[in-house]
Amino acid sequence: MSPDVREVERLEPLIVGTSEGAQEMTSRATTSAAALGVETGSVLRLDGVTLDPNSLDIERPDDETMIVNMGPVHPSTHGVLRLMLELDGEVVLRSKTIIGYLHTGMEKTGENLSYVQGATNVTRMDYLAPILNELNYSLAVEKLLGIEVPERAIWIRMMMSELNRVSSHLIWMATNGMDIGSTSAMIYGFRERELILAFFEKTAGLRMNLNYVRPGGVAADLPDGWEDDIEAICENLERRLPEYDQLLTGQPIFRQRMEGVAVISAEEAMALGVTGPVLRSTGVAWDLRRTMPYLAYDQVDFDVIVGTYGDNFDRYAVRLYEMLESVRIVRQCLDRMPAGHYRSQDPKVTPPPRARIGASMEALIHHFKLFTEGFHVPRGEVYSAVESPRGELGCYLVSDDGPRPYRIHVRTPSFANLHALPLMLRGGTVADAVTVISTLDPVMGDVDR
Amino acid sequence: MSAVEALPEGAYEVHALGADLGYVVEPRAYLALAAMLRGSGFEMCIDLCGVDYLEHPGRETPAEIRATRFEVVVNLLSLSRRERARIRVQAGDETPMVDSLFSLYPGVEGFEREVFDLFGIQFENHPELTRILMPEEWEGHPLRKDYGLGRVPVQFKETAPQ
Repeated sequence: MSPDVREVERLEPLIVGTSEGAQEMTSRATTSAAALGVETGSVLRLDGVTLDPNSLDIERPDDETMIVNMGPVHPSTHGVLRLMLELDGEVVLRSKTIIGYLHTGMEKTGENLSYVQGATNVTRMDYLAPILNELNYSLAVEKLLGIEVPERAIWIRMMMSELNRVSSHLIWMATNGMDIGSTSAMIYGFRERELILAFFEKTAGLRMNLNYVRPGGVAADLPDGWEDDIEAICENLERRLPEYDQLLTGQPIFRQRMEGVAVISAEEAMALGVTGPVLRSTGVAWDLRRTMPYLAYDQVDFDVIVGTYGDNFDRYAVRLYEMLESVRIVRQCLDRMPAGHYRSQDPKVTPPPRARIGASMEALIHHFKLFTEGFHVPRGEVYSAVESPRGELGCYLVSDDGPRPYRIHVRTPSFANLHALPLMLRGGTVADAVTVISTLDPVMGDVDR
Repeated sequence: MSAVEALPEGAYEVHALGADLGYVVEPRAYLALAAMLRGSGFEMCIDLCGVDYLEHPGRETPAEIRATRFEVVVNLLSLSRRERARIRVQAGDETPMVDSLFSLYPGVEGFEREVFDLFGIQFENHPELTRILMPEEWEGHPLRKDYGLGRVPVQFKETAPQ
């Protein structure tokens, strides 16, 4: 040993406790039967059956398994998700998700922002689907206000949400490719999404967190020449998406990682409140755009894509074909985009046109009042929901006749879907856990809010 | 168009905007009503959240029922009937407490933990009622109306609000 190397006594112990406390996963002996049921994903055995911790079909005693942390910062956790897994060798026996690392109290913030400002707040929740967040919030406010939105605004909203759905699914395809080692899918997904984001920037001024859909309509009309941009986007996607289908679906390694992995049944998915592509992959044709139409979805032609087995591969296939359906809707919007106003002409929610502000004192006061105090929304409570790329995105809004929401709660699909993880991880390997998180497609901003 | 034949004692039907069916219930009728709705085709509990009506003590409810400070709002969804139902439970004032829906809808486990975390509403027979979004040692329940807005301590004392 060279004289330069000296041995130092370690000052801190190697294992230090974290501040999660009771939120962490504990050994089986100290966990209650019901909590063990949750952690092993025993969803359908709850009715009448008491879970005995000793009779769980985990055969290994406590001291032969280990509890391993995955995350909160792990390349496959799509944000800051911490997963605690009890492992028997490579096999996951039970798991627990620990969330809250991205909690910024957006619901509390929302109570202190006026209805005009509210859209800027909610758009940051699911940062991959900002338009859908704003739309969901605006629809709830409009329901309470009881105002009608012009036809053109409805169709613009519909076109933008479908573009957003495609861009979100593309990111999903990209990160999913990344998670199973297919870096080319990663690069392609981001490349295609770029075109859509560029169109968003051209229309709303920003690529993400747009604040484009607002109560009463949209922030701006479509830019000149938008037809050509949309045409180019659609053409590109229609050409490229079948290529990705070929690249991924036809690839034996990809199929082996996806097929038959992490199966969830329709009953289990419904019991857990799982919605969106994950629910549809089990064969349940539930898409709010079709079953409870909002905007003008009852006037356009599209198919609801369903799977059969509820495994990773079906979730992938459902999303892939949903993108093509979205392109179909965008094309119909392109053909049938009505003329007219892009926002409500109700002076209660809509500021006067820019040109009049310089000329009329009343218009200036009106504009000032609308953006400082905001408009008052009648007393009441409402729940409204839209189909986001991840599932049902709902907004529960309570108004007390003031300019700010008394309570705003956003039902985020990722939060509910994430609670299906223990069920889907169970019995699989750690390597599969990565693909399961990926095909569940959680956005942690959406989970923690 | 009613989903249940006879409402349990302490449950009243009301109009609910954005849902087909609306109920305001006392805690004692909550689980029974939810079980009835579950049986009549409401397969999914899509959302569960809390509301703190601290500033609106005497708000409008059916005459027989007393409006309490805390309310638990449950949104159910029926895929087969394509309907929504909303249950508003008057959870209590000082020590709000309601039954857990875990035995009917296992998926509400996370939502109930969130409501407990942010409002301090207790759920009876919940498998593991711990905080979910806030750190474990956090004091107070942030979404209560008497919980002040956070302020980041500033290093420059001259700019700190007095």
